[in-house]
Amino acid sequence: MRRTLFILAVLLVFVYGIFGIPKGVGLSAWKTALTDRIHLGLDLKGGIHLVLQVMVDEAVSAETDNAVARIQADLQQGGFPGTVLKPDPKQPQIIEVHGTPADKASDVRNLLDTRYGTQYTVSSGPNNSWTLTMKQTEVQAIQQRALQQSIDTIRTRVDSLGNFEPVIQEYNLGTNQILVELPGMDDLSRVRDIIQSTARLEIHLVVGGPFSSEAAAAQSTGGTIPPDNEVLPYGGSEPELQGQYYVLQRLPIVAGDDFRDAQPSVDENGRPDATFILNRAAGDRFYQFTSSNIGKALAIVLENRVQEAANIQQAIRDQGRITGLGKDKAQNLSLMLRTGALPASIHYLQESVVGPSLGADSIRKGVMASIVGMLAVMIFMLIYYHGAGINADLALLLNLIILLGFMGFTSSTLTLPGIAGVILTIGMGVDSNVLIFERIREELRAGKSAAAAVEQGFAHAWVTIVDTHVTTIVSAAILFLFGTGPVKGFAVTLTFGLLANLFTAVFVSRHIFDSILKRKQRGEALSIG
Amino acid sequence: MELFRGVNIDWLGKKWYFLAFSLVFSVSGLFSILLWHHINLGVDFRGGTLVYVQFQQPPDVDKVRQAIDRAGIHDARIQPYGTSRDQVIISLAQKETQDAALDSGREIIVRALSANYSATGATSQGKIDLDNAGKGQLTQLLEGSLGAARAGQVAQAILDHRDHDLNGMFTSFGQLNGLVDAPTLAQLQQGTYISGFHVFGAEIIGPQVGALLRRQALLATLYSLLGMLVYLWFRFELIYGVAAVVAVFHDTLITIGAFSLTNQEITLTVIAAILTLIGYSMNDTIVVFDRIRENLRLSRRETLTTVVNRSINQTLSRTVLTSGLTFLTVLSLYLFGGEVLHGFSFALVVGILIGTYSSIAVAAPMLVAYQEWRANRQGRGAVLPVGKRGKS
Repeated sequence: MRRTLFILAVLLVFVYGIFGIPKGVGLSAWKTALTDRIHLGLDLKGGIHLVLQVMVDEAVSAETDNAVARIQADLQQGGFPGTVLKPDPKQPQIIEVHGTPADKASDVRNLLDTRYGTQYTVSSGPNNSWTLTMKQTEVQAIQQRALQQSIDTIRTRVDSLGNFEPVIQEYNLGTNQILVELPGMDDLSRVRDIIQSTARLEIHLVVGGPFSSEAAAAQSTGGTIPPDNEVLPYGGSEPELQGQYYVLQRLPIVAGDDFRDAQPSVDENGRPDATFILNRAAGDRFYQFTSSNIGKALAIVLENRVQEAANIQQAIRDQGRITGLGKDKAQNLSLMLRTGALPASIHYLQESVVGPSLGADSIRKGVMASIVGMLAVMIFMLIYYHGAGINADLALLLNLIILLGFMGFTSSTLTLPGIAGVILTIGMGVDSNVLIFERIREELRAGKSAAAAVEQGFAHAWVTIVDTHVTTIVSAAILFLFGTGPVKGFAVTLTFGLLANLFTAVFVSRHIFDSILKRKQRGEALSIG
Repeated sequence: MELFRGVNIDWLGKKWYFLAFSLVFSVSGLFSILLWHHINLGVDFRGGTLVYVQFQQPPDVDKVRQAIDRAGIHDARIQPYGTSRDQVIISLAQKETQDAALDSGREIIVRALSANYSATGATSQGKIDLDNAGKGQLTQLLEGSLGAARAGQVAQAILDHRDHDLNGMFTSFGQLNGLVDAPTLAQLQQGTYISGFHVFGAEIIGPQVGALLRRQALLATLYSLLGMLVYLWFRFELIYGVAAVVAVFHDTLITIGAFSLTNQEITLTVIAAILTLIGYSMNDTIVVFDRIRENLRLSRRETLTTVVNRSINQTLSRTVLTSGLTFLTVLSLYLFGGEVLHGFSFALVVGILIGTYSSIAVAAPMLVAYQEWRANRQGRGAVLPVGKRGKS
């Protein structure tokens, strides 16, 4: 009696797990209750699935770019001549210092060690050169930060698309990858626009320009571009400036995080533009810079293109205007600035779009196949095992309820391979019953009494059942560890199903046998076909 | 009802037939893998583009191919799909390693199709394709007259109607009657056209991801086998584990061979099926092994061959029943589960048959053969280690 109550309690708990407490009694109320608890995967619900690679080396490169400028300034301040550069774009963690005076080597070493020793390993090279290599722990920290920042940024950006439940997380397939799942979305180009755009907005001091070609730009600085300068193309809307180039100071005056917001606005001629606002610290810095450089030109650089270049008329503190943007571009820019810039650019590794009609079709077919398969198995068990077949069918139903309830409690996601996992659980779940029943029949044939046969049957089959379940769970666990997306869902379903099966096929089925035996007269036969 | 009551088949006596049977299937599979169709990896492993397109009527595949050919894509594979054959999957291998080009294949296909399929015959210059439009595009179109909020609602209603009631596609503007008011309908007729096809799914996998997934699938399979070997070693004896793993490896090889012979694609879900299969076939083998172990404890006088034969016979009805029932569910998956699960269920249909066969015809004979070989070397009768644990 206590066992019956226990089984009923388990049943109740897992039915609650599947449906929760429905808000109504109608069929549709149950249906919404069901989908509230068990989430459908992208392949069933429809949506966009993206895998992105964050180019974390760019974040490292940005950091060393910064360091190059700082070292150069420090050398100047210390009165040492010398040039600082990054020798290999493929190895952004390495900085070299050339041409420092030989007689002051120890002073230079001292300077580099004290100021950069915590972040870099400093070593001396031939011809009075020095190599600063960023420490591996530092590189990793920067990369990890870049990845995390990208995830956060993408999340805020995606949230602006509307109220659904996006999944944005680190993806374990390779390193520094992000998984983005947007259920219910199918407008890929819009999503790409919003995620991809790095919107790297920077303001640089103009050294010279506009020039008609890169070569002409290089000519203006004496043939080669000095390491602290860069040449960027014009990307704004003035027709006469198209195809022109500017030489800019490489290190921006304000950039990225310095911007607090941008608002689309309209200029006096009714053309769309954007107003940007700097945060406090950057505003102070910008004020200082602009007040001491009145008359010089500044360039607003968006995505590595000069959007606009203009002379400084007066000191500017924290507000400015960017002209020549279309309405869409202004709106996007505003979103990007409010959510913060991506610390590094992003490459698309995988995209998939599942339309809602495909998902609905998959559900229909998956459910259909499950019901047909399950009915076939149940009918067969009844025919083959008579009374004991009812026993097996009850265990099977309970197995299914526990499995679905488990998924409801853990808010698992049901994918199409997950449905396949459910069907397979039905097929394999019945195996435990078959093992036990066949063994009971054998014991009965050997002349044992019904009670003894049941006892022995369960005892012998138990060993085998444990072995078979453990091996299958081993393969499901490996599937879970290595699998991604839908395959993971399949592994989870399979494991839950097998665990539930241990309970139903062994405990519940045994209990039903025992209660039948108790009611039978001594010597009466057991209905097992 | 009862099958296989008191069967007494000399399984081990037929081992040469079994060996021949296994060899024929493994070798022909291997032949196809190495020399004929090779292993046809799905887009998930290869990297590439898959575009699922729904048409109004079953399309002429040649016409679709010509359309795509004209757009400059020559190696596309076009495959009719779905029960009513009005859908096709267009697949492209990914050649460029450039990530920027990841999406280009899909865009070219859509453009090529919309240039060639237009239900209303209307020119599509500068108009929005109503059958493939997203909510953003439609909202933008209607925003001017309806206001942003209302336009969004109307766009959503139109798309819901299209995707849920009309199978993803409008065939005429008349289908919008009643859903939108007359001025909006007029505006839609102005600004959109009906292309007669609907891209209802697309999958684009970069070559890097493909390579990573390939490695992952291989590792998962190997680790899975290794994990089982270790468990069986712990529960029985090493030779039991080796025999079981060889049997399972045999099943995997034949299943992959079957995919190669029938030139079907191996996708990520097929790998999931193969891993399930490994677990399943292992189950079957363990049931037999468990019985061998039990019988060895009970009767030490009998020859090993007799014991193994009897163990197989005793578990035969269970083996056939379980396989039959699992086969039944997998068959229903194969028949009713739809195209997406086709490869998955095909792997299981083949695998369950082979897995059942191999636990009787590969694993058990191997166990005996090993012991006989050892006994011959030592000049004693063949005995099998009973195994460490497990109750009698």
